[in-house]
Amino acid sequence: MTDYHFDTPAGPNPIDQQKIIGHPHDRIDGPRKVSGQAPYAQDYRDGISNIAYGFIVGAGIATGRIDRIDTREAEAAPGVLLVMTHLNAPKQGPHQHDLAPQLTGPEIHFYDEAVALVIADTFEQARDAAKLVRISYTPKKGRFDLAQERLNAVKPDEDEPDTSTGDFAQGFAAAPVQLDVTYTTPDQSHMMMEPHATIAKWEGDRLTLWTSNQMVHWAIRDVAGTLMIPEENVRVLSAFVGGGFGAKLWIQSDAVLAALGARAAGRPVKLALARPQIMNNATHRPATIQRIRIGTDPQGRILAIGHEVWSGNQPGRKIENAAQQTRLLYAGKDRMTSHRLAVMDLPVGNSMRAPGEAVGLLALEAAMDELAEKLNMDPVELRIINDVQFDPEKGPSRPFSTRKLVECLRHGAREFGWSKRNPKPGQVRDGNWLVGMGVGSAIRNNLSKNSGARVTLRPHGSVLIETQMTDIGTGSYTILAQTAAEMLGLPMDRVEVRLGDSRFPESAGSGGSWGANSSTAGVFAACEQLRQQIAQKAGFGGAELTFRGGQVHAQGRSVSLASLAGKNGIAADGTIVFGDLEKRYAQASFGAHFCEVGVDRYTGETRIRRLLSVAAAGRILNPKTARNQCLGGMTMGVGAALMEECVVDTRFGYFVNHDLAEYHVPVHADIPDLEVIFLEELDDKSSPMKAKGVGELGICGVGAAVANAIYNATGVRVRDYPLTMDKLLERLA
Amino acid sequence: MRPFTYQRAATPAEAAAAARTSGARFIAGGTNLLDLMKQQVETPSHLVDVNHLGLDRIEPTSEGGLRIGALVRNTDLAADQRVRRDYGVLSRALLAGASSQLRNKATTGGNLLQRTRCPYFYDTSMPCNKRKPGSGCAAIGGFSRNLAIMGVSEACIATHPSDMAVAMRTLDAVVETIDPAGATRSIPIAEFHRLPGNTPQLETNLKVGELITAVVLPKPLGGKHLYRKVRDRSSYAFANVSVAAVVADGIQRLAFGGLAHQPWRVERAERETRPEAIAEAVLAGARTTKQNAYKLRLTQRTLTSVLQEARA
Repeated sequence: MTDYHFDTPAGPNPIDQQKIIGHPHDRIDGPRKVSGQAPYAQDYRDGISNIAYGFIVGAGIATGRIDRIDTREAEAAPGVLLVMTHLNAPKQGPHQHDLAPQLTGPEIHFYDEAVALVIADTFEQARDAAKLVRISYTPKKGRFDLAQERLNAVKPDEDEPDTSTGDFAQGFAAAPVQLDVTYTTPDQSHMMMEPHATIAKWEGDRLTLWTSNQMVHWAIRDVAGTLMIPEENVRVLSAFVGGGFGAKLWIQSDAVLAALGARAAGRPVKLALARPQIMNNATHRPATIQRIRIGTDPQGRILAIGHEVWSGNQPGRKIENAAQQTRLLYAGKDRMTSHRLAVMDLPVGNSMRAPGEAVGLLALEAAMDELAEKLNMDPVELRIINDVQFDPEKGPSRPFSTRKLVECLRHGAREFGWSKRNPKPGQVRDGNWLVGMGVGSAIRNNLSKNSGARVTLRPHGSVLIETQMTDIGTGSYTILAQTAAEMLGLPMDRVEVRLGDSRFPESAGSGGSWGANSSTAGVFAACEQLRQQIAQKAGFGGAELTFRGGQVHAQGRSVSLASLAGKNGIAADGTIVFGDLEKRYAQASFGAHFCEVGVDRYTGETRIRRLLSVAAAGRILNPKTARNQCLGGMTMGVGAALMEECVVDTRFGYFVNHDLAEYHVPVHADIPDLEVIFLEELDDKSSPMKAKGVGELGICGVGAAVANAIYNATGVRVRDYPLTMDKLLERLA
Repeated sequence: MRPFTYQRAATPAEAAAAARTSGARFIAGGTNLLDLMKQQVETPSHLVDVNHLGLDRIEPTSEGGLRIGALVRNTDLAADQRVRRDYGVLSRALLAGASSQLRNKATTGGNLLQRTRCPYFYDTSMPCNKRKPGSGCAAIGGFSRNLAIMGVSEACIATHPSDMAVAMRTLDAVVETIDPAGATRSIPIAEFHRLPGNTPQLETNLKVGELITAVVLPKPLGGKHLYRKVRDRSSYAFANVSVAAVVADGIQRLAFGGLAHQPWRVERAERETRPEAIAEAVLAGARTTKQNAYKLRLTQRTLTSVLQEARA
């Protein structure tokens, strides 16, 4: 494996040709997906015979302990091979991430935590027998209400829960214009289409897991750690993933219990979480309480900005990092952010699409709208005059690599017809609809992760890419093929991509919007290596190379790749290794969302009429798949604004509405007209691809644009998301 | 899903006779029952498949109305020319319900018999008097935002989720049945669904094994037919409140969904003219929770909106 160190800004390289990269190529995996040929975790059959099925029994209480667990009836049920509980579960390794290990003792930590595993010949037998496991509990009083637990919240033991620049208290107190508002966001669930699902198969002491996972090498680490077996004894395959949104960053109960069950049963085991189990058994985005204070001069220039966040989680778990964008988004001399964490007994909170920003911007960008009104300023102009081209906490020594927030705002305002917005709320009517417009800025940190790939020039001159990288519906297959095609001068149909197998080189994986930029840079690195090997074989020495039409040209001579590949082909491994450019430069993608809503004047029902997002996210590797990511993010942002909420029953301590009928996400009819515009941008500090993350940018700030449009339509400001009709109704005329 | 026996009945009489034991359930579209069986909220020991009884036709009655076979799918009923022309409120209500895939399967009889969507009813770890009589009601004091405010009891605040039934209530539809002994009867829709009282597990006045064979619509009323369903998203959501309205010369019929354990209609209120007065009569005796009290205001305002359109 050859490392390609990226520690100085990228110069010109073959990607800049943009013959294939930057074009809206259709998904190369599309035909397989629409014809049912793309195997998801539970679809694998080859080499898996005599399969058994697992079903998880979830705890019926949120806190307390199991007094007695009687499995006799379940064990005697037709087809049942075994029932595993904490009484007979094998010892597992120490705590990893999220929910591993499983069935460790009689204590219940959260509702629907696995308390038993039933393995049977058929799925129906396992599910039926699961209901025959008799359990008696002693429940314990739990901590389920964030509004109450906020009082017990403490400074968490994390990297940087607090930041402070200048003197916020003094700056805010002295500011001529002050805003002090508190917003809340509820717990939210990922609700990806494909549930958590695994097939586990043992051959001796070697385990193969076909599992739906975003991060193959983390899965290997956590499975091996939990099962206390060497990492090299675990193989993970995750070639197609039906959505993740962060839910599948770390292994969940399905992977661990399928592996334990398969070992105990001596047969391969297939196990998925049933839809109603997912919301409580697996992870969710934690609720937040957010206080925002902004002080400005009379012209709207921010003097002081403060953002405090309270969230809750299981002991030892993470905060919802909702103030992080406030550290970077707007100017201002005196600043503070803080995060406080309360220990709670609700299910495990963890990453969900744009953790931090997605809900942080619901608060900050609505607060900016309130501030604009207070200042009698246009909300777009308020954002523009507070633009800052460097990290405002660190000062001009840490400039943004690129930052086109102002351009996004101006371009969007023009395209959307923002000038037609009536700044006075409640003035525009269309029949029974109260009509309003809102805006929200978008920012999402650009993260990068080292990423490797193997690129093989095969006999006949086609190319194979192999990497652990996953495609969670994002288009990884396609952009990786585009990268290699560009680098090696081949048409797309000469490139094959294989993903999600732990036997391939370790990759960035899919998460935190780092996937596209990092993994294509990994393929870039491998292709650089392959180009050198090809040049050497062709006898070109250190000459300038041109790859075109399946040939390599240099020194006035052309050689076909097929002839160089020979009988065995040429394989090259490469890994992009990121240096400290991320530290030296603030890196983020930016955008602006413009929304028009109608609110029924009688019922308070809100419906989106138009939504436009303008984004600047470095090189757009494939405008079609990138647009698709933005549309998904925008849709999810609409959901966060209008309907998504895991409803906590604070008596029993669980999410009540735990299925797709009751946890509302937008349906097609809720999403009428979405538009996405990408501004041209190259970020030479991000990677040789000069691209940045776009997968989460789409959700950032959208919900606030919706909320602000609702305010503009109705004159009613609701600070508790989601903005459902009952909250508006009281105050509608 | 518990193991069960399955029988495909050939005639309505045979189906009813086969369902005379209390562990039996009819299955038609299965859009609700199968979900409930997977969760073991329903654990029938015997399923009687009624899909092949020939009850899938819509025919005119000698009184000038329509007889809708119990197995007519929601999609077909909503699309029927006669229904669209003469019973618009029904067509509109049907199309406001579920999704097109579900409507393709769901039947007229099954729609009337669907169970509540109260989330505690669905979760077998929670107390629910409807699912397990005597175990208590988790919804009272719990997540009740979309639960009933009219006709509730100490035992249950569930709603009946159907849109179709609300429209049928304005039309004074009549439910025709056959019982295991082969006797037939007609039940006015007003007497079909029960209020929860102390027996929320009993949702209709059907006897054990009694099979719905048809729903009869009286002759058309004419006038304007509206169905307004207020919901948290544009489709595939149960009503927070719905209003079915038929307004013609001297006729004002109004029924409400999302309020009660049955389609809610207060005939006495229909003599009033002002929406506020109608709403006051419709909502008399309401018992709300903190979470669902908004339905009072929502009902009145939705009604105002509907009447404005109907009278325009």
